Amino acid sequence: MSETRGILRHGAYVPHHRLRRAAIGEFWGSGGGNGTRSVASHDEDTTTIGVEAARIALRGASDSEGPTSLWFATADPAYLDKTNATAIHAALRLSASAPAIDMGGAVRSGSGAVLAALAGGGRTLVVTSDRRGGLPTGADEREGGDAAAALLIGGAADGPLAAELLGTASATREVLDRWRVPGEDRSRTWEERFGEGAYLELGRDAFARALDEAGIEAGDVAHLIVAGTHTRAVRSIGGRLGVPDGALVDDLQRQIGTTGTAHPWLVLSSLLEGAEPGKVVVVLVLADGADAIVLRTGDAVAQRRPERTVAAQLASGGDVSYAQFLRWREQLTPEPPRRPEPQRASASAIDRRLEWKLAFVGSRDRSTGLIHLPPSRAAMGGGAIDDMEPVPMADVAATIVTWTIDHVSYSLSPPIIAAVVDFDGGGRFPTELCDCTADELAIGSRVEMTFRRLSTAEGIHNYFWKARPIRGDVG
Amino acid sequence: MASHGIRDQVAIVSVSCTAFGERFDKSLDDLMLEASVECLDGAGIGRQDVDAYWLGVANSGMSGIMLARALQLVGKPVTRVENYCATGSEALRQACYAVASGAYDVAMAVGAEKVKDSGYQGLPAPLPPNDGTTRTLTAAAMFSLVAPAYAERYGVDPAELRRVLATIASKNHRNGARNPKAQFRREVDVDTICNAMAIAGQLGVFDCAGVADGAAAAIVVRAEDAHRYTDKPLYVKALSMVAGNASGNLDPGYDYTTFPEIVACAADAYAQAGITDPRSQLAMAEVHDCFTPTELVLYEDLGFCPAGTGWQEVLAGTFDLEGDLPVNPDGGLKSFGHPIGASGLRMLYECWLQLRGEAPEDRRITTADRGLALTHNLGGYPGEMVSFVGIVGNALG
Repeated sequence: MSETRGILRHGAYVPHHRLRRAAIGEFWGSGGGNGTRSVASHDEDTTTIGVEAARIALRGASDSEGPTSLWFATADPAYLDKTNATAIHAALRLSASAPAIDMGGAVRSGSGAVLAALAGGGRTLVVTSDRRGGLPTGADEREGGDAAAALLIGGAADGPLAAELLGTASATREVLDRWRVPGEDRSRTWEERFGEGAYLELGRDAFARALDEAGIEAGDVAHLIVAGTHTRAVRSIGGRLGVPDGALVDDLQRQIGTTGTAHPWLVLSSLLEGAEPGKVVVVLVLADGADAIVLRTGDAVAQRRPERTVAAQLASGGDVSYAQFLRWREQLTPEPPRRPEPQRASASAIDRRLEWKLAFVGSRDRSTGLIHLPPSRAAMGGGAIDDMEPVPMADVAATIVTWTIDHVSYSLSPPIIAAVVDFDGGGRFPTELCDCTADELAIGSRVEMTFRRLSTAEGIHNYFWKARPIRGDVG
Repeated sequence: MASHGIRDQVAIVSVSCTAFGERFDKSLDDLMLEASVECLDGAGIGRQDVDAYWLGVANSGMSGIMLARALQLVGKPVTRVENYCATGSEALRQACYAVASGAYDVAMAVGAEKVKDSGYQGLPAPLPPNDGTTRTLTAAAMFSLVAPAYAERYGVDPAELRRVLATIASKNHRNGARNPKAQFRREVDVDTICNAMAIAGQLGVFDCAGVADGAAAAIVVRAEDAHRYTDKPLYVKALSMVAGNASGNLDPGYDYTTFPEIVACAADAYAQAGITDPRSQLAMAEVHDCFTPTELVLYEDLGFCPAGTGWQEVLAGTFDLEGDLPVNPDGGLKSFGHPIGASGLRMLYECWLQLRGEAPEDRRITTADRGLALTHNLGGYPGEMVSFVGIVGNALG
């Protein structure tokens, strides 16, 4: 390896909503379980939560520190045939010269993207994202979770590393343990003893060879993260690899569930938030084989702590009822409002306003400084024409001027809460609010923008921005 | 640059209005025909005697051919106009200017809308293809934004404001109960309004205008020709229109407690008509009460009372049928519903009845001797609105 590579920046996004597992049992009369799982809202998909994770990871990075390529991995892509990474690329305002590529379909595509990015190239933003579930009462519904994680991977020359790469190894074998045919809303699994045996063997092999490559003994591993598609194998391998007591990292299963493609990297980000420098971290992913990555936390690990931590997001979630969860997953279909369904967005109209729609970039009148949302050619009040500069507003906080609840408009999850918000430093926008209930809101409440899917019509996902309350999960 | 107006240059010699309501048995053609025939009969003329037609239709169809075909008008200029919910007033305005210009002797404005064929509640308006970032809230939600902003700015307790808004709706229902052409002819008390099913924000179903089909029409001639058609014409004193630049949705300086387009429009109309104190000079006003907070703000924006005091005037009964300045003596949009193209002309119809002393006794205003009536018609939403203000009088000068 000619250059030391590793993780420059990292961040993870856990959707606001939590389903109590016990609620499943309360509804069906049995089953359920302890703890909660994270739930993407009705207006979130793997692309939108990927954008949020990437924003958390990249917040504060200058253009010269930002990604030169974007790889997006998910087992639940919003589109097939069409790349999803390009919408993330647009939301992040990355350069047109930065390739944006999907690595999709399987959970292992996440570790594949991380391994490839670590192997070489410029500054690669790997965004992993997943929305896990299955049929009601199933283990996947109960034990799954929704989340996204983003790692900016590059070389030591690109800036201080949160963690440097020491070694990797993979073990591949075609194992028919878990599968889903495109279009199905559930995965199927083989009986678990078969997969467990296979994964224990593969995991041990990859782990041992990665440590060899890194020149590390198992006893030197400070933190071991194990994640994967086979719950039982993931749970049982941790104690069999010879790492010191206490090295096994909490997998967050109890609070958010297993978030599939995103999970190893979510747990890694969570670990790095509080890790000390100079510690050996091994990430072992059991999914259609095993991938092991050995890292050592850098001196910059504390400096690279994202402003919005996983810990804070775990602390600030809000409950969602099981009925609402089933509606959001389209497993229960309540009577829709008697209003017209959303129209599809126009491809050419989107293209003309891509920066506005996907990156929430307005315009600022150079002579008056007034901010226009959406961007305008003519300044408000009859000022100059074509004397505007772009002004990115996605990361600017705002305050509610007035607000309402619309009980009538079409929504997948009525009622719609809407507000007029004024941004710090100028600019106003009437917007939909999300991740909140009416009793949390008042004139003067503080909000921030979040990337969402407003609707889907004729297979076109309509991505745009909404506002959500600023909670105590920053800093 | 100036707005000169056409005060006393043209007269209205006939106004008609169909019954408004869920007229499932009537097509748009039927409604246009009904209003047109009644209007022509009122002036004692035939279709061929009208030189030009303006048709206000917002969502029910396109082009002047709609009216030309329905009435079989041969070789006549028929122009369809649309300006959101002020569409009917826009048709009248064009007809008045056409006669004032000398281009035509007799013009007719027809406004009509067939709303109840959509199969949906409310007034869903189709959008042209767009980038998907266009707001899709209901009008009720947009106007409901006014209530909390008003309460906050003027320090009105939200529960008290709730009753003020209900009092406005109750007043309009009381007037509408005395109007045989209204959609809803039942009085509704304040408690019922306060406790009704929620629609948006603080607003319940009784805070919202109904949804109705209907049509209305008016015939316009030169002022000096008016007495050929009627002994009691109404003279056009002012016609004002402002299309907002939608800056309320961009500009943090806008606070959602007033509609600047309407303030500007009213000032222009009063200047055209020579009115200096609308509250004492107007006999009545028909205003665009699409939602109760709208009517509250309109009292202030139209200069009937100072900003921030409208809610107290409501409680004092100022705008009741027997009050200082009756507002919506016909029952308003609240009782009539809102066939978009027709509403502006429906307002004029009430001015026609009241200023000529022809309104039924149980809703006749006692202020008719002031001789001036105002119609106010708006379209759009707080922050982005078109506003029309018209003033008519029963005497020249």
